[in-house]
Amino acid sequence: MSVLLDVSGLERRFAGARGMGDMIARRPRPVVHALSGVSLQVQDGETLGIVGESGCGKSTLARCMVRLIEPDAGRIVFDGQDVLALDGPARRGFNRAVQMVFQDPYASLNPRKTVHATLAEALRVHRIVPEAGIAARVLELLDLVQLPASAAGRHPHEFSGGQRQRIGIARALSVQPRLIIADEPVSALDVSVQAQIVNLFMDLQRRLGLTLVFITHDLRLVRHMAHRVAVMYLGRVVETGPVAEIFAAPRHPYTQALLRAVPQMTPRELRGEPAVSGELPSPLAPPPGCAFHPRCPVAEARCARELPALERRGGGWPVACLRAGG
Amino acid sequence: MRAKIPLAIGCLLLAVMLAFAAVPGWFTPYDPLEFDFGALMAPPSAAHVFGTDQFGRDILSRTIAAARVDLQIAVFAMLGPLLIGGLIGLMVGWFGGVADAVFGRLADLVVTFPFLVLVIAVVAVLGPGLINMYIAVACVGWVVYARLMRGEVRVQSAADYVAAGRVLGYSTTRILFGHVLPNAIRPVLVYAVTDMALAILLGSSLGYLGLGAQPPEAEWGVLIADGKNFFTTAPWISLAPGIAIVMAGLGFSLVGDGLAALLDVKR
Amino acid sequence: MTLQVRDLRVVFQTKSGAIHAVDGVDLDVGAGEVVGLVGESGSGKSVTLRAIARLLHANATVSGGVSWRGADLLAMDEAAMRPIRGGQIGIVFQEPMAALNPVLPIGLQIDESLVAHTDLDRAARRRRALELLDQVGIAAGATRLGQYPHEFSGGMRQRAMIAIALAANPALLLADEPTTALDVTIQDQILRLLLRLKDELGMALLLVTHDLGVVAQTCEKVVVMYAGRVCEWGPTADVFARPNHAYTQALLRAMPGTGAMPGTGATAETLIPIPGMAPRLDAPSPGCAFTPRCTVSEPLCATARPPLVVEHARAFACHGRGRL
Repeated sequence: MSVLLDVSGLERRFAGARGMGDMIARRPRPVVHALSGVSLQVQDGETLGIVGESGCGKSTLARCMVRLIEPDAGRIVFDGQDVLALDGPARRGFNRAVQMVFQDPYASLNPRKTVHATLAEALRVHRIVPEAGIAARVLELLDLVQLPASAAGRHPHEFSGGQRQRIGIARALSVQPRLIIADEPVSALDVSVQAQIVNLFMDLQRRLGLTLVFITHDLRLVRHMAHRVAVMYLGRVVETGPVAEIFAAPRHPYTQALLRAVPQMTPRELRGEPAVSGELPSPLAPPPGCAFHPRCPVAEARCARELPALERRGGGWPVACLRAGG
Repeated sequence: MRAKIPLAIGCLLLAVMLAFAAVPGWFTPYDPLEFDFGALMAPPSAAHVFGTDQFGRDILSRTIAAARVDLQIAVFAMLGPLLIGGLIGLMVGWFGGVADAVFGRLADLVVTFPFLVLVIAVVAVLGPGLINMYIAVACVGWVVYARLMRGEVRVQSAADYVAAGRVLGYSTTRILFGHVLPNAIRPVLVYAVTDMALAILLGSSLGYLGLGAQPPEAEWGVLIADGKNFFTTAPWISLAPGIAIVMAGLGFSLVGDGLAALLDVKR
Repeated sequence: MTLQVRDLRVVFQTKSGAIHAVDGVDLDVGAGEVVGLVGESGSGKSVTLRAIARLLHANATVSGGVSWRGADLLAMDEAAMRPIRGGQIGIVFQEPMAALNPVLPIGLQIDESLVAHTDLDRAARRRRALELLDQVGIAAGATRLGQYPHEFSGGMRQRAMIAIALAANPALLLADEPTTALDVTIQDQILRLLLRLKDELGMALLLVTHDLGVVAQTCEKVVVMYAGRVCEWGPTADVFARPNHAYTQALLRAMPGTGAMPGTGATAETLIPIPGMAPRLDAPSPGCAFTPRCTVSEPLCATARPPLVVEHARAFACHGRGRL
């Protein structure tokens, strides 16, 4: 397998809000460290799951990968091209190859356009098919996401959440992408409908040979769908590797805690100490050293000083923990 | 259902005004310019329902004939601010940054002055007349439209369907005019209808003050001004144009409110 | 039984007609029990909880019976209800930020509850407030009492909300999706906290959630709802292992991670989604509401509403149970 998307050292900071009091006191504008050096690879044809809790930077990462947000530093290489340097027609070519599916099935469709208009616009702009073939192609796309042909003439508000998400997927597929980045695509949906969309993604991947980056906070979905996983904590990847192995024997204390905290379906009563104590630190002031050290059960003094690099550390896959493999 | 009754009344009022403006000849009982020295300042009677003025002209006929000018004022005094303000609001709402900050301060500055005073000041500089009045209203009135549009554009451009358009490589022009504008414009258009009521009042006020439409052009404000010298002896001269202003203003207001309710626009 | 709900119905009058949000719900919570009320959106689980606490607005018509320690809550006047709601029955909501008053310090909000439901004097109330914060795991209580909700993180706000609900030593805690807005590690902390408090204080807990995993981890008994009706109830382990209702079975099969933990990834078992979409509540089905999406339905299901059959420690309302 070859690397399709290679992200290295990605950094992104946002200026936080500053109140009147801060201005009078001449406190500097706070800075949110959304991404603090993220590196990961997406292999051609695989599903990479990216998991993490709120504030870990997974959505910022997704938006950087499609250039909705420009990173402050780092490199993104897609199929040998430096993505951040692309411009004009080359950038539009990248847009064709890398598409995105959004979390909110209500906000991600233009409410004033019919399904046909939404899909036809993408086909027309990128000249995917000749004008005469557009109507037929729209119907093919609807069929691909298992929507009836009658959907073409209707507006988004006439559909349920799950159906809208199918329309969003059809829009992404309209330009025949190689890679789809899906940012929490099922977290707004009920379990019964969620399963429909998850199956659709897996089916499309098989039929079209798509590569998928699946961003979610739900580890159960990652375990179900993804071949490889990247676990993020506070703007960094802390562990990445094959799903089966990591879920069986997580090496980073945070991954371990996350897996313990996920509600299992086997009935048992939660007793005793929580999987991990403490709160998520504020991305305004990330702890020095390893960002997880204040909550880590096995942290030692050097964890507060040294920033662990994401390395193999004697194991089968990279992990960013000074205690791993030692 | 209850919201639709005022809307229907408003539509009816506007339809009547529109009919007056389109074919005044069908409704005027007399030639509005014809002098009748046999009936100078005649009070309302069966022959002259709203009386006559100091030249014996039929007030009702003159009021009906003036509808065309006043509706024209309603449209043009709204259109200028709508187009200029709408475009500026679209741009600063989308691009933000320095332009937005400058716009914010400028808008604050303009709204600090009373609207009418500012319009009168501009007309005073440019000279009286309808065209100059439109220019003056556009200079001052664009701010409200720009603010409304900017707010809507900011809401819409944060929505993910705009992000989806950018990921699909659509040009800024396409996103701005094909996606953002159609979704942002609705409250602006609803406001524009209500604004036409204010435009009629403004046009009449300026006409009354001699800064808007110029005699002998029949305009409701001018007609009221004509009657002001005879207000104690022949108050009916100002009555019909006064009623017309109220009816037209009410019509636009009711239609504007009705549309807002019908289209579920937040006001 | 402490709480006994019988044939509870809630109808909302809206512009587009009547919405039958709760359509004949039976439900029991015994002293010290932890009961999970689980369902998808539109199942009526949250409305049921709010109807029990009499928190619904005037556009809702509530009928049926809610018996609390022998008294009918639905028949009570507001004055008689006051010592019960917030007193004997505590309530925790999904969004603590919406349930807490943003302009009052947390201490004052706990104090309000203590004033309303206890006759402690000022000094005793402060001691009790500190004790409550300690109980829900909020450190540095003396400082925290003076802070406002916005100075708390999401997890801490939920803890504060729980402290307020516990102020009057309730015998029953109603919790409406208390961890849905929280991250998974914080959810784990809050669920453990709720269970610990339940043990320490001997109270019962009615937990409304959409997450079957949360139910599996916390509830001895589960009630599954669909379209405003109870599909089945029983001991959680039994219900999950051998569902007696077609919907419960379908829901379990649609969940990722229900099987054992095989070496998975994209090679895993396929989920079996439930076809179609959530039911309409404006025209309740004369039969079983799940019929249009059910894979084991028969003609009878569309016409006759299955009765809730109680058998041993379980109950179910499904004509197709024999075919599951």
